[in-house]
Amino acid sequence: MSAILTAPLTVEFPFTRSVGPVQSAFLTGLREQVLLGVRTGDGRVLVPPVEYDPVTAEEIRDLVEVAPTGTVTTWAWNHEPRRGQPLATPFAWVLVKLDGADTALLHALDAPGPDSVRTGARVRVRWAEERSGAITDIACFEPYDGEPVEPAGHTGEFADAITGIVAPARLDYTYSPGRAQTGYINALGGRRIVGERCPSCRKVYVPPRGACPTCGVATAEQVEVGPGGTVTTFCIVNIKAKNLDIEVPYVYAHIALDGAGLALHGRIAGIPYDQVRMGLRVEPVWTEGSRYPDHYRPTGEPDADYETYRETL
Amino acid sequence: MTREAPRAAGVRDIAVVAFAQTDHRRTSEEISEVEMLMPVLHEVMESTGLKTADIDFTCSGSSDYLAGRAFSFTLALDGVGAWPPISESHVEMDGAWALYEAWVKLRTGDADTALVYSYGKSSPGSVRDVLTRQLDPYYVAPLWPDSVALAALQAQALIDAGTADEPALAAVGARSRADAAANSHAQPRGPVPQGDYLVRPLRTGDCPPIGDGAAAVVLAAGERARDLCERPAWIRGIDHRIEAHGIGVRDLTDSPSTRLAAERAGAYERPVDTAELHAPFSSQEVILREVLGLDDGVRVNPSGGALAANPIMAAGLIRIGEAAARIHRGESDRALAHATSGPCLQQNLVAVLEGDPR
Repeated sequence: MSAILTAPLTVEFPFTRSVGPVQSAFLTGLREQVLLGVRTGDGRVLVPPVEYDPVTAEEIRDLVEVAPTGTVTTWAWNHEPRRGQPLATPFAWVLVKLDGADTALLHALDAPGPDSVRTGARVRVRWAEERSGAITDIACFEPYDGEPVEPAGHTGEFADAITGIVAPARLDYTYSPGRAQTGYINALGGRRIVGERCPSCRKVYVPPRGACPTCGVATAEQVEVGPGGTVTTFCIVNIKAKNLDIEVPYVYAHIALDGAGLALHGRIAGIPYDQVRMGLRVEPVWTEGSRYPDHYRPTGEPDADYETYRETL
Repeated sequence: MTREAPRAAGVRDIAVVAFAQTDHRRTSEEISEVEMLMPVLHEVMESTGLKTADIDFTCSGSSDYLAGRAFSFTLALDGVGAWPPISESHVEMDGAWALYEAWVKLRTGDADTALVYSYGKSSPGSVRDVLTRQLDPYYVAPLWPDSVALAALQAQALIDAGTADEPALAAVGARSRADAAANSHAQPRGPVPQGDYLVRPLRTGDCPPIGDGAAAVVLAAGERARDLCERPAWIRGIDHRIEAHGIGVRDLTDSPSTRLAAERAGAYERPVDTAELHAPFSSQEVILREVLGLDDGVRVNPSGGALAANPIMAAGLIRIGEAAARIHRGESDRALAHATSGPCLQQNLVAVLEGDPR
């Protein structure tokens, strides 16, 4: 068996998130270098603030300014910062209870080494130079041995409060399609289409995924199918997709390749769109350098009998 | 609803009647998820003699973020044999929560048998980064604190509280790996060096191995369970609880959600002889032992636990399966199984399993 294929796969998305009134006040406050918490029914101040009391689930809106200074409640030394983390140099993850708050905020502490950090250490906020209304407006914390900074008593109301954040997310994978699909993709490279036969129901699955979804058993026997096939059903596409240079209208069809137990899909060309029909006999057209059929075209054979493809509809 | 089942008329007893798991490995790129899962499904079905058509309800647990693909669980369904149509459900959580859903379904009388499975391949991606995507997206996730960093904050809180120190944490890891020597499915088996700091105070030996794996369980109600298994592992109680998502709101040295789930599952009513704890980090086992009141007389994680094999999404279901398997084999009469999810033991599930008196 040939080697299993692998390829890099990056999933990246800029999540655009709206914020409620409390999160808006907190994040806008960061942009303005003001730290806000929210007071719960029993008088505790939560920083960062949430919209509902974690104990009673009551809605809470009573914003309170707290100090940019605080105390480390626990820490962990991160000697190998990872992508996206607040500092590129070794730092301590810290939970910091800001002066005036009853709960702790997670962030990074810029410190020379693990021996200089301890629970109970005093720290203060280091603001990012450019701020947009996001948690990253706090660049990090830094050690602080001065007096607590008195908050000015900000109300939490801002002229141009932010209404949302954009949080980019990126994860990198090495995708492997596994044994069955590797066989399928490798065969395509040689302009052959292969499926796998179920040892129980004898159906040939294409593309193969290594299992018969009907019987729930492994498939292994490779079977070459096609190249000819029959259109089992089709639709006429009238809307042009972005970045697609195929003229509309065109036909997209289910095609039962000869010997296959189910239909796969492909585009039909080489025939006017309004002459495509169920039972039309077609064959794949490979373009230079392509690893899969570009489209299917009529073979010129007589149409297939309905009975020959009804099982693959 | 979730209290210990009263033995009243009309209330159905439900048992784990079969359990199977893969050999958990660092990577399995040569096989797809369904290829990894199928042997395990076949094993639990064969051990009960059931066919797909005999299963009333199927429930699974997995995560698209591990696979990097949307609706990845639908492909795994190929391994079940979903034709003619079956009754099926999925949770984007550890399979322990899929088992909970199946248990509810059986309790209602809608089903007599259930197949529960879960799987995860961590090898295609970076699981430390992947797990950041379950965090609060406004205040926490943009900082990309990885799973080891958050666990390290919890470990340091424990050390500051005087509950544990680094040698005590190392001992948890060493005991787990020593126990895993007898578990042919485990990843590191036998002694493993404590290693260097990953995020201080946690060393590699305090952290779970990263790996791929799958597990499956069959549940059955009442007499059906006795037909399918010589000594069913009866679920006497099961409950799960969650805490605030903000870790700065919680006391990281405690696990009140585990305590409440254990109380509601009836765990404190009589001592257990075995406990399978889903503690991916050594420090978390220290917390769970304390909260659950497990003394030295209780056999904790004889399988080696999550420190010896932690296939994400399956490791919690494996705890229930391992506990049940000990009852099946007659090695336990009353066992506790625990599963966790989220950072720093945010969500916790506790089940109490019993064998028939001997």
